[in-house]
Formats: sequence, C-alpha cells, structure tokens
Amino acid sequence: MTQYDPVFYSRMLTELTLAFHIIFATIGVGVPVMIALAEWRGIRTGDPHYTLLARRWTRGFVITVAVGVVTGTAIGLQLSLLWPSFMRIAGQAIALPLFLETFAFFVEAIFLGIYLYTWDRFKKKTTHLLLMIPIVIGSSASAFFITTLNAFMNTPRGFTLEDGVIKNLQPLAAMFNPATPTKVSHVLASSYTTSAYILAAIAAYKLLKGSDHAYYKKALKLTVTAAFVFSLATAAIGDLSGKFLAKYQPEKLAAAEWHFETEREAPLVLGGVLGQNNEIKYGISIPYGLSILAHGTPDGEVTGLNEFPEDERPPLYIHYLFNLKVAFGMYLALVGFLYLLRSRKHRGRELVPKWLLAAIVAAGPLAMITIELGWFFAEVGRQPWILRGYMKVADAATTSAHVDTMLLLFCLLYLVLGVTVVRVLSKLFRNYDVIQEMISLGIEKGGRR
Amino acid sequence: MSYELLGITVLWTFLYGYLIVASVDFGAGFFSYYSVLTGQQNKIHKIIQRYLSPVWEVTNVFLIFFFVGIVGFFPETAYYYGTALLIPGSIAIILLAIRGSYYAFSTYGSKENRWYMLLYGATGLLIPASLSTVLTISEGGYIEERGGQVLFLWNRLLSSPYSWSVVLLAIVSVLYISAMFLTYYAARAKDQNALEVVRGYALLWSGPTILSSFLVFLGIRSQNPGHFAGMLNLYWMFAASLICFLVAVYCVWKRRSYGVAFIFVMLQFAFAFYGYGAAHLPYVLYPYINIYEGFTNETMAAALIAAFIAGLFVLVPSLWLLMRLFLFDAGYVQGSGNSKKG
Repeated sequence: MTQYDPVFYSRMLTELTLAFHIIFATIGVGVPVMIALAEWRGIRTGDPHYTLLARRWTRGFVITVAVGVVTGTAIGLQLSLLWPSFMRIAGQAIALPLFLETFAFFVEAIFLGIYLYTWDRFKKKTTHLLLMIPIVIGSSASAFFITTLNAFMNTPRGFTLEDGVIKNLQPLAAMFNPATPTKVSHVLASSYTTSAYILAAIAAYKLLKGSDHAYYKKALKLTVTAAFVFSLATAAIGDLSGKFLAKYQPEKLAAAEWHFETEREAPLVLGGVLGQNNEIKYGISIPYGLSILAHGTPDGEVTGLNEFPEDERPPLYIHYLFNLKVAFGMYLALVGFLYLLRSRKHRGRELVPKWLLAAIVAAGPLAMITIELGWFFAEVGRQPWILRGYMKVADAATTSAHVDTMLLLFCLLYLVLGVTVVRVLSKLFRNYDVIQEMISLGIEKGGRR
Repeated sequence: MSYELLGITVLWTFLYGYLIVASVDFGAGFFSYYSVLTGQQNKIHKIIQRYLSPVWEVTNVFLIFFFVGIVGFFPETAYYYGTALLIPGSIAIILLAIRGSYYAFSTYGSKENRWYMLLYGATGLLIPASLSTVLTISEGGYIEERGGQVLFLWNRLLSSPYSWSVVLLAIVSVLYISAMFLTYYAARAKDQNALEVVRGYALLWSGPTILSSFLVFLGIRSQNPGHFAGMLNLYWMFAASLICFLVAVYCVWKRRSYGVAFIFVMLQFAFAFYGYGAAHLPYVLYPYINIYEGFTNETMAAALIAAFIAGLFVLVPSLWLLMRLFLFDAGYVQGSGNSKKG
C-alpha cells in the first residue's frame, strides 16, 4: 500500500500516544480541583455526603492517574525516540519547562500518596484538605509547564539559530512566548470544565437511572455549577486565542476559517464544503464575524491563506475540527446555563427533568471529545512546522526503520489499557455501591433508601 | 566544579535514587506475586502492599527526572540514543506502562485478580533488564554513525556476553536490594513470619549479586579498556563496596540491626555505581558524546541548575514528610487501625 515513511509513522505514533494520554491528563488536572471542592464543602457544611463524594472520586481518580503517569512517561521518552533532531534543539531551548514539569509532577505524586492514606489520620479535618493544595498546584503547574513547551513550538522565541546552532538563548523568553498566556489558560480552564462535566455525567446518569438519593443531587449541583463557571472562562479565553492567532499564527486561523484573500470585514463561515477552486458551498456565513473574532472590530483586516507559500499551509480540514470544537463548547456552556436556570426557578424541590439529565450525561464524553478536537486543531493547524518558522516536521523525525512496528505495538498497548481501565473503574463502583458505603460508614441507616 | 560535572553528578544521583527505590519496588512486586503462587500470600503480601501503595508513583518520577534532565543538560544524547534506541526504548516504555497501570488496577481496583498481579510482577524483572542495556550501550561498540545515519547494532548487543552479564546483575541485584529492604521493613513491623521469608530471600540473592558484580567488572576490561583502567584507578571505591556488602550480609545473617544493614546495602551500591560512573567520564556515550562537547547552552545550564536547587527546597521536605508518615511511622508500618485507605 503506502511506502514506509518514518515521518508519517512517527506522526501517527505521536498522535496516538498524545490522544490517549490527553484523556487521562485532562482528568488528572481537573479532578483534583473537584475533589478539593467537595471535601471543602463537606468540612464547611458538616455534610458527610460531600466528604464521601470526595472519597469516592479519589478512589477512581487514582486509577486514572496511574494510566496518566505511564502514558506521560511514554510521551516523554517518545519525544526523544521519534523526534531526535527536534529534541537536540529543544533540549537547549526549552529544557527548563520540561525539567520544572517533573518537579511539579514529583510534588503531586508525593502528596497524592499521602492524601490517599491519611483520610482518618489527622485530628483536624482541614489538615487532610490542606494536602490537596500541593496536589492541585502540582497538577496544574505540570499542565502549565508542558503547555509552555507546546506554545514554544507554535511561536518560538528567545533564541537565534545560526547554522543549526542555537545562540543568544533566553530560557524565560522561550518559556513565556506569545502563545503561552492564551494556551495555558485555555488548557487549564478546559480541563477543569471537562473533569467537572465527567463527574456531573456520572451523577446525572445515576439520577436518570431512577435513583433519587440526596447524595446524587448534591453531586450534580456541585459539579454542574462548577462546570458552568469553568466553561464560561474557557469560552472567554477561546476568544482571546482567536485574537492571538490572527496576530501570531494567521495561517492557522485562515486555514481554520477557509479564508483565502486578505480583506477587511471578513465573514465567519460555519460548516460548508470546499469546492474545486476553493469556493465554499453550503456554508453559513456570518458577516464581519471573522474580523470581530480576530480583532474585535467589524472592519479588522484578516490575513488570508494566499499570502503563504503552498508548502507552508496547514491542511484545510482543520476547519471542521475548529467548527465542531466551538459548537461543542457552546453546548457545554448552554447545558450548565439551563441547569442553573431551572434550579433557580424550582428552589427547594430540585427535580431535574429527564431531558436535562440526559443532556448532562452527554456533556461528559462530549467535553472530552472537545478537548481532543481542540488539540487536533491546534497541532494539525501548525503543520508543516514542528518549530514554526524554524524546523519542519519532516526534518525532525527519526530515520529508524521500525516505527511502523512500534506503532502497532503501541496501538495494542493502548487498546489493552483502555479496556482494562474501563473494566476496573466500572467494577470498582458497581461492587461498592454508594448506599452500601453510607450504611457501613453510619451516614445512612440500613434498610431504608 | 564545572557546570558539566555538576550536571552529570545531579543526573547520576537521580539515577542512583531510581536504582534503589525502583529495585525495592520491582523486587517487591515480584515477591508479592511469587508469594501468591506459593501460597505464602498472607505472610508477606500485606506488608509489601503497605509499603508500596503510597510510594509507587514517586518511583516513576526519579526515572522521568533522569531522562528529562539528560536531554536538557546534554541534548546530543537525544539525537544519538534517541535514534538508536527506538526499539529497546519502546519496549521499556511498554513494560513500564503495563507495570504501572496494572499495579494500580490490582491494588485499587480488582484486588483478587491474579492475572493483573502476574503482569506487574513479571514486568518488574523485565524492566531492569531492558533498562540496563542502555548502560551496556554507553560503553560503546553498539552504535555506529554511517553517512549521517545513526545505526544500532542489534546482533552485536544480543550476542555479547558482557551485555548479558549486565542484565544478570540488574535482575539479581533488584531481588537482593528489595529483599534487604523488606527484611528491614518487616522487622520494623514486628512481623516475624514475613521477616523469616524475606530474610531468606535476602541471603539467597546476596551470593549471585556479588558474583555477577565481579563478572561485570571483569567484562568491562574487554568491552572498554579505557573505562576499565579508570575503574582500577578508583579501586578503593569498589573495595569499599565489597566491605559494605559483607557488613550488610553479616547483620542480616546474625539477625540484628536490619536498618543498619539496609544502609550498608545502599552504600554498597553507591560506591559501585559512583565508581563505575566516575570512571566512565567524560563520556556519556563512548565515543560520540562526552560531557564537555555535548553540553547544553551555558545560559540553559545555569537556569536548569537554579531550577534544580529551587526544586530541591520543595522536594526534600515533601519526601521527608512522606517517609515520616509511612516509612518511619511505627503505627502505619505495623498496620494499626488508623491507616485505612480512602
């Protein structure tokens, strides 16, 4: 079929590993925040339901952390194995955030170990909650550091390249490059949103299945409220990211919007199909939309794709990724809004209608899909560069002859891990029902619901 | 001390840290599974779990720290090792992934699943074997640069008796270090049954460990004469290592001072490991990368070292807290009531 091409297979393998890792990384960044929130509310209100919520979430969380750690190790090593020429440069320019990331991870790992085994060990309940602070800081800080690295690949700064040798290096300028603020905040906010929705989906699923225990209602309220706040933040930052792209990576924005000619008052195109000569069919055009997205004014000038040589343009299918991701993001904010609206109206007897519960259940997986879409958009959108303006992907890949075999092996590995993780998690919660646990803890009396 | 030397010393220290904690971890996983097979599960399984559960994640970080650090300080290593090690590296990743996740699955998820235990027990011995080949490769002779392409000479590695002796050493010393640690831990837990079992393991694996150490020591002579000469210059370190070994085994044999015994085990490996490393300098990969030519930018080196020092201020107290709570807390070690997991 296709000829063996190490560049192609290296890209596939990296995509596969990252796509798999990002699921667990997102949970790893967001869920600690939710656990901390629940435990904090438990202490504040004295309501044992919240504390139990935190405990049960933690139990599932450890399993996902384990997979997150091992896939993170995989991507860390694969960077050198698959992209040796890139790492030769990156090692000099951006070793600092990589290095700091391991420290953040170290702190998180240590305190997670402590947190797990000290639920009943301290006299003051807040002491245990305090252990959560380094976990939250550690997980968010590792997301921060690793995202600065990715931001650097999009807008490399802080060095000059002379005949393949890096000169005039400024580690901090490389780390805090123009892409860093929007990228990092978007990654953090979207991870929090997604994790909150995944936990919300679990509670909504239980309620939909007929359980109407107060425990699930509290869980739903806590998670959806948090998810709504986070999703608004994500959307706001997403808008800033658009303005960032217009200024620093116009080719990515232009490809995402099928915007070919540089012009003012540029429209925003939703959906559509691209014809033979790049004319757009069946798309919905919003006048001035793109100019507003890019510059905040209807007459802002947006750079078109034709300004770039053909071999430096990203593939045009990223338009669909971009559209879908934005649409799903809107859905997430809307679901949260509807839920809060209803619970304001029906204070006291919060009976959430079935359709809304179903919408929340759908929001969990959808949020994760949105994360994947967002990353695919961001990464494919910077093709053909690995270091925009400095190094192309094709020059960075390994020359080894066995990348295809490795791709197969890793496919198998992730398949096995994915299946087992789902099995273990569902078994974990099914075998130890929350009602049973409440009875054994003395929160709930036996026999009653 | 120059930046280069400081950098490699820091990295070597983390690798040594990994050697110790990972050996305890890998060996414990194996013993744990072995105890299930031989029906001695209730004797030692519990005590192993009690130690491993809070620390398994930390172990992994030592390794990540090392390979991130080495690419940071010596970016050339990414190029040579990265290109050459695709297959062994990927295999090591897969083994680590299986072990890490199946450990969590069997500890926090399906507790009775023997299949999960087998996966993490067995990989515990394969990982040190696969990782130790990198040390063999660093001696030179297995990587060749031909026409701008870095090639890895598989056949030569697989047919070299030296490389197999390193693998042997890695496996037996994992079992030895782990058993020595568990002996100490069981003694602290005042668990006589477990103590008897793991003490037996410790004595059993001490002989093969020291024998294979000699084998590797001698093997370096033909593999890399320059390295061997360097080691002879540092002969006192290897002699000290041997003495520490004898003290450790003597303590365990006489059933006393298990804590001191484990400290001597750590010293035994510290002397041998640092002696081996110091003699290998200035090469990181003979003869392609030495620490002076393959070094990163001065600015980056300074930034990395500053980050490292700042990191230590967070890391050392945290590790201390972890050890206080789980390793040196008599109540926890002995498994008294207040240490249930969440």
